[in-house]
Amino acid sequence: MPTKHPELTPDQIEELGRELDELRNRVRADLGDRDVEYIKRVIKAQRGLEVAGRGLLFAGFLPPAWLGGVMALSLSKILDNMEIGHNVMHGQYDWTNDPALDSKRFEWDTACPGDQWRHSHNYLHHTHTNVLGKDRDIGYGILRMSEDQQWRPRDLGNPVYATLLALLFQWGVAVHDLEVERIESGEVKLSDKRDILQAIWRKGRRQVLKDYLAFPLLAGPAAPFVATGNLTANLTRNVWSFMIIFCGHFPDGVEEFSEEEVENESRGGWYLRQMLGSANLTGNRLFHILSGNLSHQIEHHLFPDIPAHRYAELATEVREICERYELPYNSGPLHKQFGSVVRKIVRLALPGSGSPEPQPETAVPVEVEHSQNARELVAA
Amino acid sequence: MSPLVDLLVGPHGIDRYLELIRPDLTVRDASARAVAVHHQTKRSVTLTLRPNAAWTGFQAGQFARIGVDIDGVRRTRTYSPSCSQHRADGLLELTVTTHPEGLVSRHLRHGLRPGQVLHLAEAQGDFVLPARRPERLVLISGGSGVTPVISMLRTLCDEGHQGDVAFVHYARTADDWLYQREVEALAAGRPNLTVDYVATREGGRHIDERSVRALIGGRDPASAVAAVCGPPALIEAVRAIWQHAPERVLAESFTPPSLNVGDTAADGTLHFLRSEIAAPIAQGTLLEQAEAAGLTPDFGCRMGICHTCTCRKTAGAVRDVRTGQVSTEEDVDIQLCVSVPAGDVALEL
Repeated sequence: MPTKHPELTPDQIEELGRELDELRNRVRADLGDRDVEYIKRVIKAQRGLEVAGRGLLFAGFLPPAWLGGVMALSLSKILDNMEIGHNVMHGQYDWTNDPALDSKRFEWDTACPGDQWRHSHNYLHHTHTNVLGKDRDIGYGILRMSEDQQWRPRDLGNPVYATLLALLFQWGVAVHDLEVERIESGEVKLSDKRDILQAIWRKGRRQVLKDYLAFPLLAGPAAPFVATGNLTANLTRNVWSFMIIFCGHFPDGVEEFSEEEVENESRGGWYLRQMLGSANLTGNRLFHILSGNLSHQIEHHLFPDIPAHRYAELATEVREICERYELPYNSGPLHKQFGSVVRKIVRLALPGSGSPEPQPETAVPVEVEHSQNARELVAA
Repeated sequence: MSPLVDLLVGPHGIDRYLELIRPDLTVRDASARAVAVHHQTKRSVTLTLRPNAAWTGFQAGQFARIGVDIDGVRRTRTYSPSCSQHRADGLLELTVTTHPEGLVSRHLRHGLRPGQVLHLAEAQGDFVLPARRPERLVLISGGSGVTPVISMLRTLCDEGHQGDVAFVHYARTADDWLYQREVEALAAGRPNLTVDYVATREGGRHIDERSVRALIGGRDPASAVAAVCGPPALIEAVRAIWQHAPERVLAESFTPPSLNVGDTAADGTLHFLRSEIAAPIAQGTLLEQAEAAGLTPDFGCRMGICHTCTCRKTAGAVRDVRTGQVSTEEDVDIQLCVSVPAGDVALEL
């Protein structure tokens, strides 16, 4: 992996770790009422939007009510999954000792069982961030997201798989811990994953019954409007969370690591890898909240269990640290970052790096495919 | 709650919606709204609370866990209600003795206002009167240990209990006596109730067999059942008086075992409650020490990131190796992989 920043000496890496630890401890010691008030306000807004959305959809035969209902319910699911669920399940509010904000007990309004998410995300992804072969978030076992991943003919479908993953993202996340690619390769048997499958079935079934049977039936004659409204809200949440999450580690300039590189890694080394392996999104306050503050992916990966609404404040100091150590601080608006992710998905459908430079004749179809794909995603 | 409602309000559950309308509207999580706060003595606060519908009541002598949010953190403490278990208006009364260092007791005395809501958990404890009420009963309390005992007395009075009851309370000074006026009032119309309040630092005698005999008409203490709550020394003294009828002593110690909080490697014992294993403190994190004791707790990153090894600490002192902060709070979650013991620790493992 070519690096565009000066190699840090082991001492510098240790010093970097100390600085970031100190920053973490300072914020940790300052947590209090303000943080609880914030998350409770978000929870109140989410529950309010949910009740309003479901209520409006009951009057879904009126087009404005249907549209309003879909918008409210989409926002509710986005807040529930991202600013509330993802962050609470990281243990960001464990210090409050409030059972409703307890990382181990929290369940979210999506198909993936909380326990499996905590394993595949909090542990695997956050510990082994961007380590090829260990971080299963690199392509979710479906996509080719790195040129260091061996190309196979099936990767020609990369853009198609990505589009499907975006549309069905909650189910992609739900089966994440199933490790389909390891089942496919024969490394593990499906029967080994019985408990995981059962838990997905239990949680997924309730989510489906709720959105597509119970609420529609309750609405009587408005049932079709409720069912289509719920479907649209789920789709909106799926595509939105896919876009935000894929902008976290795949935009241009984000670094990957090999297993050898991270052997005997120090705490400072872990911090450094988080900084080099993550990318931020710029935007206004509402955008940050709706992204679950994953727009501050760098800060999130440095301090995954610090309440996410603090990341904006932390960013100033993290950026300053990056400048001092001459480290890149990858940040850009959604359209730019996501554009580069889409280009990567399309480029890596082809063998090697898929890099078009020496072969202009392959560059043309790549561009075409890319723009088609982008249109599909925007339309979704 | 019907399965359909559960499905509709899933995965968060009905209470997570109801509490947004009013904090004590919850149907599963018990809570109580403060209706009155008054000060009996300089070092105590008496709260009158209205429990919500989820509260299942208590038996006189039991304790309940009370949760109060202070600067964003839920702090839980156990207190014994001091009212009758049959109280007609359904209200709950708690008397809390304040400690100069007590975060929660000071908050309850100085910060709590009527209208605020406290969290409650189901009443527990086997310091209760036998279902067949004893013919002759001596209720003995020291300091803040009066609360479960006064609850027993008030409960018996509500039941129209006809047996002989003697009530004796010990405190350092007369200013610290709790419930004296209430108890005297109960005794006024009841020839079967004898009352004695003792100030041990103002010439009052500590408990002995003679003083117990005097309370129960010169009879042998072993002919009565004793219910005692207070510091360990008081309980020991009562057990000595009843040494020939130990089964007739109901006792509850009211002083928490003192914590030894050391600076570096601490002495003490790790109690793994679920697996019923105790081990002396050794080197390493709690995760390493649990594994060394033969347990297999869940873990992930082993560096404090993923919260997989998060475990409930029911009591004891632990230090976070990243921040150096020591937690002595009861009933909180800690991360085993970044915590070292700083004294005795009890874990739900």
